Amino acid sequence: MNGYNFAYLDEQTKRMIRRAILKAVAIPGHQVPFGSREMPLPYGWGTGGIQVTASVLGAADTLKVIDQGADDTTNAVSIRRFFARTAGVATTTDTEQATIIQTRHRIPEKPLREDQIIVYQVPQPEPLSKLEPSRAETRRMHALAEYGAMHVRLYEDITRFGHVAISYDYPVMVNQRYLMAPSPIPAFDNPKMHMMPALQLFGAGREKRIYAIPPYTDVRSLDFEDHPFRTTRAPHCCALCGADDSYLDEVVTDDAGSRMFVCSDTDHCETRQAQGHTGTGEPMAREALAAGAAHGGDGS
Amino acid sequence: MAYVAVKGGERAIDNAHAWLAEDRRGDPAVPEISLAQIQQQLGRSVDRVMAEGSLYDPDLAALAVKQAQGDLIEAAFLLRAYRTTLPRFGYSTPLDTAAMQVRRRVSAVYKDLPGGQVLGPTYDYTHRLLDFALAAEGNLPAPAPQATAESATMPRVSDILRSEDLIEGDGNPMPTTEPGDLTREPLGFPAPRDVRLQALARGDEGFLLAMGYSTQRGWGGTHPFVGEVRLGEVAVEIVPPELGFAIDIGEVTLTECQMINQFKGSKTKPPQFTRGYGLVFGHAERKAMGMALVDRAMRHDEFGEEATAPAQNIEFMLYHSDNIEGTGFVEHLKLPHYVDFQSELETIRRMRREAETNVATLKEAAE
Repeated sequence: MNGYNFAYLDEQTKRMIRRAILKAVAIPGHQVPFGSREMPLPYGWGTGGIQVTASVLGAADTLKVIDQGADDTTNAVSIRRFFARTAGVATTTDTEQATIIQTRHRIPEKPLREDQIIVYQVPQPEPLSKLEPSRAETRRMHALAEYGAMHVRLYEDITRFGHVAISYDYPVMVNQRYLMAPSPIPAFDNPKMHMMPALQLFGAGREKRIYAIPPYTDVRSLDFEDHPFRTTRAPHCCALCGADDSYLDEVVTDDAGSRMFVCSDTDHCETRQAQGHTGTGEPMAREALAAGAAHGGDGS
Repeated sequence: MAYVAVKGGERAIDNAHAWLAEDRRGDPAVPEISLAQIQQQLGRSVDRVMAEGSLYDPDLAALAVKQAQGDLIEAAFLLRAYRTTLPRFGYSTPLDTAAMQVRRRVSAVYKDLPGGQVLGPTYDYTHRLLDFALAAEGNLPAPAPQATAESATMPRVSDILRSEDLIEGDGNPMPTTEPGDLTREPLGFPAPRDVRLQALARGDEGFLLAMGYSTQRGWGGTHPFVGEVRLGEVAVEIVPPELGFAIDIGEVTLTECQMINQFKGSKTKPPQFTRGYGLVFGHAERKAMGMALVDRAMRHDEFGEEATAPAQNIEFMLYHSDNIEGTGFVEHLKLPHYVDFQSELETIRRMRREAETNVATLKEAAE
């Protein structure tokens, strides 16, 4: 684009961000402060992810951008366009084709490869923020690996509800050292982070932090021996592709309680449909839902 | 309703932008507002956008106000996003506000003082009665009376008190290191005062007003007096390395507030007045005064004061004073969160099932 550098950021800024990324990769799960720039998109819209993507993006890369697992959500469209316009790179919706995937709130269903990078948009990088609002204090807690408060929080859930009631942004321990916020992905996606072949980068623009998980790194969701981590998904099959193991969106189809459950990962769903998989194509009535829930359990 | 996977986000965005452009223009029968009109007649808006946009450029600020339909936070955001792309050539020498071309200067602590009290263009003593004559266009106000300035320089009240050693000094106005810049380096704590003042100068006027107000009401009391508030034009000088001496590169309009506060002394310091400082681009007395109040409140450590109020909590103040960050994070809640919400739905359904089972078991046991 005229008047702007490749991928918008100037080269000095990219170098500064790459240095932060290198440091982040060297200390998996540790939040590295960086000189986050004011982007032409608002804070909260993915400015951290955009800066990270801009810094690792090359002319030969193919970029995929998803929000809520979908390529066609408005913010994903907007960010994809931003890079198509400022960097002129090829874009795709196909997870397999992409070399860089910028995401908000999901990890694609298809396992990622060594030659891919996934960039997470992070609203709140501090996993302890709800327990301790001061960043000066949480930095100290990380330095001392003082994570008892988080275990107590999980324990309190178990005593009260019988299980941990965190359903997204479920805290993980990276490389057995740093407690990390996986960004607001559903807990369903947490296991995908463990030993992932792809490089995982996390950018928080407003909070000015970058962190990373190098390929093949140990990532454990916090739990207890007698209360192992378990995931939750809607106990249904995708109405479009029939998948019974993907994360589902719940779409309200009328005002009488009918619902349709469809894959949140649109590329995964379309790929399966192209392979001939089909679902019922029909919404479920309220009564059927209640019966399904009674028999289907919690899908763990 | 049949569900089809939603496509066409791209077209929706284009259409939304087209609608926005039409909405921005309003009724085409009404003449379009010009940047000159905004700059000349909505100057306080332009000033606020320059201050919070952290860029002194009245032309671009006027454009931002027009583009944002008068939404001043949105306009400041436009200016910030532009500012971030600009190269940094260097720092100016410290501005000399004693040499300000003063348009307004009032002190609340002396009845009269060198340079005098200059009311200038102020709303302070207007009666807030809607002026219906202003609704009719084409009325030129009668020219304001003219007078020559009393003196070329106007000493700061802090300097007057300083001669008796009753007030703390300026500190070192020519630091050896470059001042901190939170737009280049992330905020760290404890944050030094230069960075704090930078954050406040860029901060939201409403936030500074509210937090300054809170200190007056006892939440971190600072017992303030307005030493002075001054408004006017100040020359900006830089020293290009190849020249080795200062050259004038233009002037900026500034509002400066020196707030004077009580201090009973500590083990190391004698009783002395202390200062809170506010400096803002443009004509912005409310903000400069709020800034001076909270600047002083945040200096509790220097004077051995107990920090108990929000305005004294530096981390709280600096992390929440920026309205571009604030508006981004608050408004991002509009973005889709249905993946998270879905996981919450499943969790709450599960919890309700368990609660119902528990109630049923209890009932059975009771029967």
